Amino acid sequence: MTEAALNAPVPRRLRIATGDLLPILTVLLVIVAVWYLGAIRMNASWERDQAARAGIELTLPDLIGRTLTQDRPVLPAPHQVAVGLWEGVAGQPVTSRRSLVWHAWVTLSATLAGFAIGTGAGILLAVGIVHSRSMDQSVMPWAVASQTVPILAIAPMVIVVMASAGITGLLPKAVIAAWLSFFPVLVGMVKGLRMPDAMQLDLMRSWSASRPQQFWRLRLPSSLPYLFASLKVAIAAALVGTIVGELPAGATAGLGARLLSGSYYGQTVQIWAALFAAAILAAALVALIGAVERVTLKRMGLTQ
Amino acid sequence: MSALPILGVWLGGLALNLWLARFETRATRALVAAIFGATIILLWEMIVRIYGVPTVILPAPSLIAQSFAANGSILWTDFVQTILKGALTGWLIGAAAAVLTAIAIDRSPFLQRGLLPIGNFVAALPIVGIAPILVMWFGFDWQSKAAVVVVMVFFPILVNMVAGLRATDAMQRDLMASWAAPYGAALWKLRLPAAMPFLFNGLKITTTLALIGAIVAEFFGSPTRGMGFRISTAVGRLDLPLVWAEIVVAALAGTLFYGLVALIEKKVTFWHPSQRT
Repeated sequence: MTEAALNAPVPRRLRIATGDLLPILTVLLVIVAVWYLGAIRMNASWERDQAARAGIELTLPDLIGRTLTQDRPVLPAPHQVAVGLWEGVAGQPVTSRRSLVWHAWVTLSATLAGFAIGTGAGILLAVGIVHSRSMDQSVMPWAVASQTVPILAIAPMVIVVMASAGITGLLPKAVIAAWLSFFPVLVGMVKGLRMPDAMQLDLMRSWSASRPQQFWRLRLPSSLPYLFASLKVAIAAALVGTIVGELPAGATAGLGARLLSGSYYGQTVQIWAALFAAAILAAALVALIGAVERVTLKRMGLTQ
Repeated sequence: MSALPILGVWLGGLALNLWLARFETRATRALVAAIFGATIILLWEMIVRIYGVPTVILPAPSLIAQSFAANGSILWTDFVQTILKGALTGWLIGAAAAVLTAIAIDRSPFLQRGLLPIGNFVAALPIVGIAPILVMWFGFDWQSKAAVVVVMVFFPILVNMVAGLRATDAMQRDLMASWAAPYGAALWKLRLPAAMPFLFNGLKITTTLALIGAIVAEFFGSPTRGMGFRISTAVGRLDLPLVWAEIVVAALAGTLFYGLVALIEKKVTFWHPSQRT
């Protein structure tokens, strides 16, 4: 089972070709159109209710206009979300509690701290596993099996337990983010460090290279493509972990807390704005690692 | 002095594993992993007992086992509510929708080129975040959890299935064409079987996602049963052994779910190189 999980075909596209721009835009346009239709449909019943109660006849254009400008719509229209997002980002001073930039920063700092810890631990353990057979046989089956456990679901518990032990703030969230980003890095790095084939290893041996030399000059460079691929997965996972870690009632800062308070007070626009802020953050982080990957691999001569 | 037995167990397990790892057979491999797990649990128990770690922070494995045995019926209702009704229903619907969508856009490279990057992008987003919205729309019961799971599993499976439908090479497709196979026959007899390894890859990734979605969605509102509900209320009452018992259930369910999908994969894609040993 473990081997199958590691060797399964993984489709990965590296870059969006310019020829794909038109199809992508078309699909996006369709999504926005469906979204508008959905907003009109889902918000209409409330408007009809209100109109019937007030005894007014609503014409169709009237109805559509009202469904798209509700204060607390069932489904906010795209432009309402855009306005909410803009207000949250640019309409507030950055230090304000209503500023999405501030909340995003709280989430981002915990994400990055956890990502750094998780990645470091994953790489170290991978180095150990590649060099020690007993460690490989002990740890790897559990590492792979632990992928099937919904760790994320217990994130709020970790927060509460650590809070009861007196640890609050950034660290508990970072622990969850670290835990989630640890396994992709471990699995990818083990695979990458094992990439050099027997021929290359033999060559190193015929140069009587020591084990550290073998590691630094052969294994580590050849593992980098795998490391970057798993870093992209890991940072997305770290962000999800942090956001879920912000869900327990105590949290007042961060995008997750923003989602939760939005859901408590029925502020749907706030929920959607927070959601899009999280999506933009995730995309930016993945793109950042992608950029570092391209520059690094290009300098190593692995890609064009 | 109290650290001595802990150190002893640890070194004992380590030495045993170092020795066993030299044999490289199937049995010793399984044994090494089992010893590693057992040592961890043993060390955990000893550390908790010897240093008197408060139950609130980390309950001993024996306490968790007791709670597991004592709360069987609660755990079973939660399992049915969250795993069977929420996660499994949502996963089946989401997987079916993704496969059908992939087949539906199969004849349009234009749509594929548009949907694939978006699907890849969405698959990396924190989709759990839509849980509060869907709970608002579909109510507190399992339907909203299933809806969250549908959205979470849809894109990873779609991306894999679309990639799988492209996995045949030109030679194989030419052979089909030279037999004058119509589109349907080529799809059914060549391209769908060829897509199976990719599809199962997506299905396996999403088993965990389904459980996560179903449990996390319960934090935003649920009836008075379900694993997410139980975890959050038990944490509130500081009944940590029960929380850990729920985690054990989640872990077992996750492993079982994954194992089941992997087993079906083995039966379906027996011809694939990764399944041959």
